[in-house]
Amino acid sequence: MALKTYRDAVREALREEMARDPNVIILGEEVGVWGGTYAVTRGLHEEFGAKRVIDTPIAEAAIVGAAVGAAMGGLRPVAELMTVNFSLVAMDQIVNSAAKIRYMFGGQAKVPLVIRTPAGWGQLAATHSQFFEAWFAHVPGLTVVMPATPYDAKGLLKSAIRSENPVMFIEHFRLYGVKGEVPDGEYTLPIGVSEVKRAGKDVTIVTYSRMLHTSLAAAETLSKDGIECEVVDLRTLRPLDMRAVYESVKKTHRALIVEEDWTTLGMGAEIAARIGRDRFDDLDAPVERLGQVEVPMPYAKNLEEMMFPDEKLVIDRVKTMLA
Amino acid sequence: MNATTGTVRPAPARKESAPDRPESMDMYRKMLLIRRFEERAEEAYGRGKIGGFLHLYIGEEAIAVGAMAALRPDDDVITHYRDHGYVLARGVDPKAIMAELYGKSTGVSKGKGGSMHLADLERHVWGGYAIVGGHVPMAAGLALANQYRNEPRVVACFMGEGATNIGAFFAGLNMAAVWKVPMIAIVENNRYGMGTPVERASAVVEIHQKAAAFGIPGLRIDGNDLLAVRDAVREAADAARAGGGPRLLEMTTYRLRGHSMGDPQRYRTKEEVEEAKPRDPILRWRKVLLETGAAKEDELEGIAEEIEAVVEESIRFAEESPDPDPSALCADVLAEESHGPENVS
Repeated sequence: MALKTYRDAVREALREEMARDPNVIILGEEVGVWGGTYAVTRGLHEEFGAKRVIDTPIAEAAIVGAAVGAAMGGLRPVAELMTVNFSLVAMDQIVNSAAKIRYMFGGQAKVPLVIRTPAGWGQLAATHSQFFEAWFAHVPGLTVVMPATPYDAKGLLKSAIRSENPVMFIEHFRLYGVKGEVPDGEYTLPIGVSEVKRAGKDVTIVTYSRMLHTSLAAAETLSKDGIECEVVDLRTLRPLDMRAVYESVKKTHRALIVEEDWTTLGMGAEIAARIGRDRFDDLDAPVERLGQVEVPMPYAKNLEEMMFPDEKLVIDRVKTMLA
Repeated sequence: MNATTGTVRPAPARKESAPDRPESMDMYRKMLLIRRFEERAEEAYGRGKIGGFLHLYIGEEAIAVGAMAALRPDDDVITHYRDHGYVLARGVDPKAIMAELYGKSTGVSKGKGGSMHLADLERHVWGGYAIVGGHVPMAAGLALANQYRNEPRVVACFMGEGATNIGAFFAGLNMAAVWKVPMIAIVENNRYGMGTPVERASAVVEIHQKAAAFGIPGLRIDGNDLLAVRDAVREAADAARAGGGPRLLEMTTYRLRGHSMGDPQRYRTKEEVEEAKPRDPILRWRKVLLETGAAKEDELEGIAEEIEAVVEESIRFAEESPDPDPSALCADVLAEESHGPENVS
């Protein structure tokens, strides 16, 4: 298997789906001539032309709204929002239109739309360093995918483009350079299936997106001390697949949720509530959560670095849970 | 300043624009259907049969009917929440519309959408949207899909003048103009956004002038003049079909009822409403039909009786239709495919 970056994997998925289906179009800010702010769509404009890779004004409500209209009208648009921060400008279109059109019109219309958008941070300060996956996952009618590896990103994006439902596909701009094995042939991955990324017996770590890598690194270090963590990657936040989590908790009797978003009312709260309800008798310790410090993002590098769970924090929390 | 004064485009005097008799009568019938349908809906609302908000179109019927007469059956229509008129003018079954207002399973949207969310995809009615102006970018997207596939279909996007003050209106029309997609923005200026007069809400009260922001043609039409509406929409549709891009048509009109049921209308005087009544588009068209000899009084009475029966039937149908089955509650949230085994609880 070839080693490819997360960025290349996403681009491959886009290219393959565009080649397969002439109704797939891409639209967004700088996605065409420039090739995307994070170079994800580079080369696609040259390959497929301006008719299919469409540069838009900086106007997120119009990007998503137009994508919703185009999707209803029979195309399969992949709209890129430059970062998830800007989704706020398009929130009405995402929540009131994309998510509800099928239901509100009694199943008459469908919205086969993908909104690709990266989350992330890097001295960008408060308005450009946010994670809203819990907001989107809150909404019936939306599918929310947040892959952590190049393999998952490619397989899940292809499924998202083929889906008849509106999908929020949240990437991470600190993952774009991460390499992983991606097979050359065609493959897709089912949306709504979580996966055990590392087997263990002592503590279950439930995570997704970039925190998968932090969690795996912590698990490797802990392993040297004889503590074996099982790491479950959710991959999809809605629908939320808890089976792998439940199986794991049955074995480890402990669960730690590691997320990059603010903790309060976030994904971890939902996951903890479900484990508490469905696996109460299996638990030997309270379900724990780690997430972003609950302040807007500071610019200063040293402060920013304190914001997210890191390997050490995960290690410490796992050890506390076992003490 | 009175928003209905100013550069109102006169009804075209061109002979070829005069409708033939069947079309004339059909347009009269449709305007009357909208009027009577809504009057009965108003009553039903008063009896508690219809819930939520009910925004009546009474006084504005010439716009929906004139526009639909100009559009082809496969042109796309997308509307705002004051949407009964467009859907009726489009020829959607009044029974299914009334049933939707009643929240019944036989409604156009199976009782899931109600008054503000009427859709009929078979007739290219892509739905009523209740977030003001939010559907303007969607209209651009629908038009993009038509342009992409070289389908000679035009998208007519209806909205009130209040919608022209929201961001989505500007973002959506700008995009439509940049892309030169076949779309017509039809703004019904009934002078009030809910209870706020246009003068207090819009820096530019002649809404058609907002077209200048997008470099597209903007025209102000007397929206109570059926033929002026029809001809302006036809002209805009022809231009859009020929690749001329979008156009903004401001239709001046007057809402003879409140914003929605239960609106105490403290923002305007009774005299103002009375003053507007002679401009009622149905009365006007009736007068034209009689004066030109296109129809006789008893013929129009006959149509009125016929419409009464159709509306009565729609009420009966709605009353007798079953509520949605409880199993419908969770249906149609998602397409059933592509996901892993469902275990969301």
